[in-house]
Order: sequence, then structure tokens, then C-alpha cells
Amino acid sequence: MISIKVNGKAYEVEVPPSTPLLWVIREHLGLTGTKYGCGISRCGACTVHADGEAIRSCVTPVSRAVGKEIVTIEGLSADGGHLVQQAWIAEDVVQCGYCHSGQIMSAAALLAKNPKPSDADIDRAMAGNLCRCGTYQRIRRAIHRAADIMAGGGER
Amino acid sequence: MNDSFALNPFIRIARDNSVTIVVNKSEMGQGVYTSLPMLVAEELECELTSVRVEPAPVEPVYSHTIFGIQATGGSTSILSEWERMRRVGAEAREMLVIAAADTWKVARASCRAEKGAVVHESGRRLTYGELAEKASAVPPPGEVPLKEPGAFKIIGTPTRRLDAAGKVAGKATFGIDVTIPGMLTAVIARPPVFGAKMKSFNAEKARAVPGVREVVEIESGVAVVADTFWPANVGRRALEITWDEGPLASLSTAAMREQYAGLARTPGDVARREGDPEKAFSGAARLVEAEYEVPYLAHAPMEPLNCVVDLREEGCEIWTGTQLQGPDRDAAARVLGFAPEQVKIHTTLLGGGFGRRGNPHSDFVVEAVRVAKAVGKPVKVVWTREDDTKGGYYRPMLCDRMAAALDGGGTLVGWRHTIVGQSILKGTLFEQALAQGKIDQTSVEGAADTPYEIPHILVDLHTVDTGVPVLWWRSVGHSHTAFVMESFMDEVAHGAGLDPYRFRRGLLAAHPRHRGVLDLAAEKAVWGTPLPEGRARGLAVHKSFESFIAQVAEVSVDPAGKVRVHRVVCAVDCGQVVNPATIEAQMEGAVVMGLSAALYGAITFENGRVKQGNFNDYPLLAIGEMPLVEVHIVPSREPPGGIGEPGCAPIAAAVANGIYAATGKRVRRLPFRPEELKQV
Repeated sequence: MISIKVNGKAYEVEVPPSTPLLWVIREHLGLTGTKYGCGISRCGACTVHADGEAIRSCVTPVSRAVGKEIVTIEGLSADGGHLVQQAWIAEDVVQCGYCHSGQIMSAAALLAKNPKPSDADIDRAMAGNLCRCGTYQRIRRAIHRAADIMAGGGER
Repeated sequence: MNDSFALNPFIRIARDNSVTIVVNKSEMGQGVYTSLPMLVAEELECELTSVRVEPAPVEPVYSHTIFGIQATGGSTSILSEWERMRRVGAEAREMLVIAAADTWKVARASCRAEKGAVVHESGRRLTYGELAEKASAVPPPGEVPLKEPGAFKIIGTPTRRLDAAGKVAGKATFGIDVTIPGMLTAVIARPPVFGAKMKSFNAEKARAVPGVREVVEIESGVAVVADTFWPANVGRRALEITWDEGPLASLSTAAMREQYAGLARTPGDVARREGDPEKAFSGAARLVEAEYEVPYLAHAPMEPLNCVVDLREEGCEIWTGTQLQGPDRDAAARVLGFAPEQVKIHTTLLGGGFGRRGNPHSDFVVEAVRVAKAVGKPVKVVWTREDDTKGGYYRPMLCDRMAAALDGGGTLVGWRHTIVGQSILKGTLFEQALAQGKIDQTSVEGAADTPYEIPHILVDLHTVDTGVPVLWWRSVGHSHTAFVMESFMDEVAHGAGLDPYRFRRGLLAAHPRHRGVLDLAAEKAVWGTPLPEGRARGLAVHKSFESFIAQVAEVSVDPAGKVRVHRVVCAVDCGQVVNPATIEAQMEGAVVMGLSAALYGAITFENGRVKQGNFNDYPLLAIGEMPLVEVHIVPSREPPGGIGEPGCAPIAAAVANGIYAATGKRVRRLPFRPEELKQV
């Protein structure tokens, strides 16, 4: 039995310790908002937070999640109300939507550390989150928008 | 109780006033779950906030109005539904108004519909939710006049996506997220070489992995079936399969390139012949000649392919993100010996499609059905990224030999274009409809029908059969022809000593919509004005899917040969606009997909094997490489054209022409190769 804490809730799962956290989250906990895209940490669709850090759950053995606070897209806010999620809606970012759980988790982790990121900061922090639909221009705008709102500057 | 009442096969209204619109097109990011409801709501007179979308089952009433099968593709969703969705909205509105008039015992003409309610001239008001039950019993009113475009309130207004909330909350359900009771998960070991046959495998070793339940051989390989994905994936590695690799074991891109280039120097099947090309070339004052080449491309949707099958004695249910529900259902029925009606397809959201999820061979559905049949339990087949990248159905590799004849005055008088590549349509249900004689239109579209006014033209085609599975890839033939045509037209302009914009303009006098976007893009990019040191502009214009696109790319090339695209000005004339927000998004996205292909995209073969497997060796554009994309829409009342694909076609040429303007180096083979562009 492996004990992990996801979105504030304790779970016990019976899997080999090498099982990637991604598949435990999706298939054992039934939290399918976190996506599989590549399995080799090259696309970022599987991004979750571990103690506030954005990590790629597809290459993180579940054993390494033990003792950490794991947060998935479902745990980011009660009902899609996180500032970043709201900014994503305001900027009409999504297309197919598949990569955006990961995009939003990476953006939220960036803003938690760097509340006023420059374009270069965004390029660095979001470099590992691919979007085949090509929504990058809006992702950038949404991150700036969320930062502005955080700073109390209100809507741009 | 929130009962809902069907007013027609596309619209149900519930007592809580929610309007459910049954959408027969698959949502893969292109925005049909927003644009089609907009068409309905315009005539129904309801607010978009009250709309819910439900994917259509496979039934004749939901077939594509042009293709006659249930399908999403060819950038035709608006074209297919433009009239019908407004009509069903208008008919439902009329039924609601009749129901209200009857309730109040007043004349129909004294009632009008607005914002989800019917209002009487006295001020009395009944909501659609209150009227729905009664309206559902009103006989269909027949033809109801539709609004004139000038009266549109929703159509033409930028509208945010209706499916965003679920997608940003991680609550949207894609095929890969579907779970049904008792479901097992399978991964499949497919041949390493197309057409290879399995000789032997070690089922015991795979079965020994905890969680693995079954190891079964199917037509396309060996399925390892487990409680969940991970043990199935681990089990697959233990299979120790040996293959009889068959005739394609020595397939190599190097050999194919040689074969294609050789063929391009010989006459092919004529796709278009006008005037006297031979004479035009023999009398030419100046010749421009070049060979072009584009590689195989994988679609690489972010959601790898997957399919859930629940097979029972009396029927079969399938959950998958597909662009071809109709043919997929029929293919599943054939495999199972069922009548088509015994197979039910639940269309989920698609984590990208780009053509890969619209396979006339129904590969990922048929395979999952075979696994379910072999296992006798509900099963989800999941493709890994490597399975997806190596699994075939690529945009074909093509080679082009181009020649242009200029007269003494620099006028383009002759054009010869020989294309070599595989047929996408051969052996599919679309072959008869879309192939003319020996010519697969998807091999020559955008080339044989070039709008440039050239008196003597010959376009011919060699259709080769390499055994590599090919398929439409966003913008299909145009993904190849727009690059070749617009790059070579640039070469010809420079050969004639003329500005590439003015040169094109001069050859498009009879094509005002081409000219319209060309002029708009040139104007917005301020064509011909200086740029910062090292930067240059390239231009391309191309029509596809009944839409006209011109793009101006601002480009620089660093000393190591790395291409950087700073800005893309995109002018689009897609006829009547439904949602300008979607058009902008699709132009941005199409530019990115075209840039990923131009900068990085290539599927290549060595010893019969696909060399690429994942995003490390089949890279996509990342956010730091994103140019600023500006979209300018030409106002139009022409019939609606497509918008998902056309923006993808011209971008590679626009950038390649910019590279030439910046460096004097002409790119004739995709993807761009830094080693060819670096400063020595």
C-alpha cells in the first residue's frame, strides 16, 4: 500500500512504487483532468503540483509523491474559479483543451512564485507545455491578465 | 422535474429553459460546439448562456449535408450546417410562438420571440421552458423564412467558446477519460515495419506482470490487456515478439527521395493542360526551374488515439473521439457481423484531430473492437505517443519538379509542374467521389487549379505506392501545394526581377478575392517598408476550402541557421463570418501547426522503421517560438468557407520567402535545415 495525499485528501493505492503518479491519479483516483500526452516529460499535459512545484506526473514514480501535497487541476479551485482559470476563459484560450490542465497548472505555479512575470519568464516557465492547437499567444495574454488582476490592477 | 421536450432532432428544451442542441460535428478545438449553437440561437432567439451541447448519435438525420455520411472534416462544418442549423432554429421558434399564441388564444402575428421567451403585444410572456411541452406537439411548420444577414445579432459577433469552463476545470471528457464498468485497458504491440507479420511472442512473460489479465493476438498485433494502463504498458515490453518483416523491411527515406526525384523528371498523368506548354517553353526568353520536396508528417494530436468498446451479444457501444462516426460505426458492424444499427457510437471531445481521427480505414476503432471481441470484456485501447507517431496514416511525402517560362518582357507565359506522391484516397470510400480518372484531387489541389493567369500550363502527377499508410493532414493537399506553388512563384517573381507582391497581383487580375486578401495583408504588414536589421518579409497567398488567405511573415535567421518568425500578418476572406473569435483562433493555431511542420516536422524511414517516436524527435513549436499573429478579416456576404485548415497551407511558403529575402537562400525542402541556412 502506498499512501499519497492529493487535493488535500489521503488515498491508499496498491500499485508498484514505480508506477507513474499520472496513471495513479487518472486510473486509481479517477481524477482524469490530468492528461497523458507523451510519457517522457516532453509535453507537460500531465503537470501537477507537488508541494507547490510544477512537476511532470508522467515520469514521477508514485513513491516520490509520498509525503508531498499533490494538487491536480481538480484541486486548483473548487469550481474553475482560480484566477488563472478565469483568465483562461476571459482570453478565450482553449481550443481542443487537452493540454490546458497542464498549461494552467504550470502557469499557476509560475505566478505563485513570480507574480509579475515578463514575456521571457513566461517563455521559460511554459517551455515544456506544448499545445498542438497553437494557443500560445492567448496563453501568454492570459498569464499577463492573471498577473495584472493579482497585482490589483484590475482588467487590462 | 426537469423534463425536456424535443422540437426536432437538433433541439430539446427543458422546463428550466435550458436549450440542448444536438451537434452532429465533432469538437476537436475548431469551435463547432460554439459556432453551430450560434447558428441555432440566431433563429431560435435564445441566449447562448442557456445552451447545452450534446453530441449527436449516428443517424441519417445527422449526416453531413454534402458528404451524406456522419463526418467532420474538410473544413466544411459551417458549410454543411449553415443553412440547416438556422432552419431548425427557426422552425423550433415558430413552434414555440404557435404554442404561445394558442395558449393565449391570440393571433400568431401578435406574438414574437425574444431571449428565450415568447412575448405578446399585451406584454404577456411565456418562457421557452414553459412552452416546450406544448410546442413539442405542434406540427412542424414547414419552411420558415430565415433572417437577412443584416438582422443577425449573434452570427458575426465575436463569441467566446461555450466549452471553455469544463476544459479549464479539467472536467471535460475526452475519449481517453472514459471509464465504463468492468473495463480493462489494452495496449497493442504493432509491427515495427508496415505490413510485417507476427511470428512469435511470449505471452507468459507479459501475463506474469501483476495486473495483466489477457494477452491476445489480433490482426494488427498483440494486445496486452490489464486492469489499468500501466501494467498493460509494462506487460507489452515483456512480449519478446519476433516479426516477419515482409517487403517493406528495407524501406528508407533516402531511397524514396531518389525514386521520387527520378519520376519527377518523367511525364505523369495529366491533371491540367492548357494552351501549348511545349511551345511556350521552347520559345521562352528565360527559364526558372526548381525541385521541391516535403516529408511525411504525423498529426500528433495532444490526446493520443484511444477507443472504448463495450461489446455485448445484442450490440456494441463505442466511446471515442472520432471525425468519422458513420464509417466507423459501419466498419465496427462489419467486423462484428452486426447490423449498423446495433453499433452505437458516443462521440467524446477530441484532444485534437487534424485529420488523424477521421480515418476512412477506421483503424483505431476496428482494432479496439477486435480486442473487445477477443477478450469478451469492455476494453479501452490506449495508444502511447510512440504508437501514435510510428503508427502511420501520415501526410504523404511528395516531390515536385517546377518550371516557369518567361518571355522577353518578363511576363510569365508557361508553367510546368510535375508532382510525385501517394494517393490519400486510393482504397477508401472517398475514392470515387474525389478522384477523377487517375488523378487523386488531394494530390494536386492547390496546384492544378492555380488561379494565376498563365496562358500555357501543364500539371501532371505520378501516383506511387510505397506501402506507407497515408491520410489527410490539416489542409490536406494544400499543406504541400501551397508551399511549393507560393515558394516557386516567389522564385519566378525574383527571376522576372519584380516585387513578389506586385508580381502576384498582376497575375490575379480576374481573382478579386485572392487580390483582396493579398492587398489587405500587404497593407497591414506595410509591405515594402524597412524592418529592423536582419529581418525580412515573405508573402504567400492561397485559396483552400473555399477560403482565401494571405500571410506576410517577418523572419530572421541567426548565424547558426535557426529560423525565427517574429510576426505573421494574416488576411482571411472566408465569406460570411459566423464567429470572428473562432476565425482568429483558427488562424493562430493553423499558423502554429504549419510552423511546427516547416521548422521541425519530418517522419522518416530507415530499415523499414519510422525513426521518430515522441516529441523529442518530432518536435512541436513551443511558446517561446510563437510569432505575434495578427488576423484581419475581409467583410463578406459570400457563402461561408472553411476556417479550420486554410490558415495552415501558406505559412511555410511565407516564411521560406522571408528566409530568401533575409539571406538570399532558397528553401526547397521541408523542414528548414539550419545547416543549409547557417552563415559560413
